[in-house]
Amino acid sequence: MANTIDQKQNFLKGIVKENPVFVMLLGMCPTLGVTSSAFNGLGMGVATLFVLLMSNTVVSLVKSQIPSKVRIPAFIIIIASFVTIVEMVLEAFIPFLYEQLGIFIPLIVVNCLILGRAEAFASKNDLKSSILDALGMGLGFVIALTVLGATREILGNGSIFDFKFVSEDANTFILFILPPGAFIALAYLAILFNKLTVKTA
Amino acid sequence: MSKKESTFLNMALALIVITLVAGFSLGFVNDLTTGPKAAAKLAKKVNALKAVLPEFDNDLVSEVVKIKTPVAKDSLEIYPAFSNGEFVGAAVIGASEKGFSGLVKIMVGFTPDGSIQNVVVLEQKETPGLGTKMKDEKFIGQFRDKNPSNFNLKVSKDGGQVDALTGATISSRAFTEAAQSAYDEYILIKDSITKSKK
Repeated sequence: MANTIDQKQNFLKGIVKENPVFVMLLGMCPTLGVTSSAFNGLGMGVATLFVLLMSNTVVSLVKSQIPSKVRIPAFIIIIASFVTIVEMVLEAFIPFLYEQLGIFIPLIVVNCLILGRAEAFASKNDLKSSILDALGMGLGFVIALTVLGATREILGNGSIFDFKFVSEDANTFILFILPPGAFIALAYLAILFNKLTVKTA
Repeated sequence: MSKKESTFLNMALALIVITLVAGFSLGFVNDLTTGPKAAAKLAKKVNALKAVLPEFDNDLVSEVVKIKTPVAKDSLEIYPAFSNGEFVGAAVIGASEKGFSGLVKIMVGFTPDGSIQNVVVLEQKETPGLGTKMKDEKFIGQFRDKNPSNFNLKVSKDGGQVDALTGATISSRAFTEAAQSAYDEYILIKDSITKSKK
């Protein structure tokens, strides 16, 4: 296999050109579900980044040992194991975040982004490229979720990372904390993101 | 890089090995986290107890009283607190299913005369930014030092004396209902727990 991937490009593509949330629109379930505050978005993003990094690493290492007909179930088992590990560790050491994210932690298993990268990238490329790919994609996801969470928190609650900058009684756009606000905020952020990146490209 | 052929034996073997490794590593992590998990849960409970009760010196968690009563579905938990052998109050867990998104569970601390010492929200799934404000001092403060025997634990819309949260009357109702059930339970079994120490 002629492996001439530009590693810098490989890493950066997940953050800008193929940003999983704003460009590829992958992993919408946690993106819309848990980003009611910047902290939740960041927590979810980091949990996903970890799972993505571990699954890409393992898949890339064992890819030549897995018969192609059973590769999908094999990938899912690998991903599900890491998700369960994340869930147990969060419950034990960061119970606050565990409660906030709730059902969305086990749902990382079905995040398209992770299986997508395992199938489309890690199963075809060497270890180094796969790790960089996971880091880039994961960071893209973290940034997107944190920005989305921050936007919703600022507009909906008048605070950022729980630091309140409006008075306790001030009226805020509560809509943005509620589920419909997730769709609206995501749509406008995606428009903005694509406008900016197209211009510079 | 040659892929392995997809023969039956190969496929079965690959999956068996992967599931075995996955199973063992999960078991290992589970062993590692069981202790801290239980500790985290306990710490949360102890913190709630400390917040709602006056000073106490007995080991509340081990002295929990579990009683079946007609007012609650589950057997309810009551934590009687003693200081130098004297009854100083009790923490009661009250719950209501009528929250905006289901269960609202609170812990209410009562002084011996039945006044509310403090309230802590244990579990809720209310709307962020609206119903979740039931955790805020502004809402909880109005229950402190009130005795439900002469303080109507209902939102003002229903003829009570509790100011409901703006835009979250349903959550406020569930909260007051949970507080009321805690009070009912406390009154019901107060006599038996104050004596049990002697």
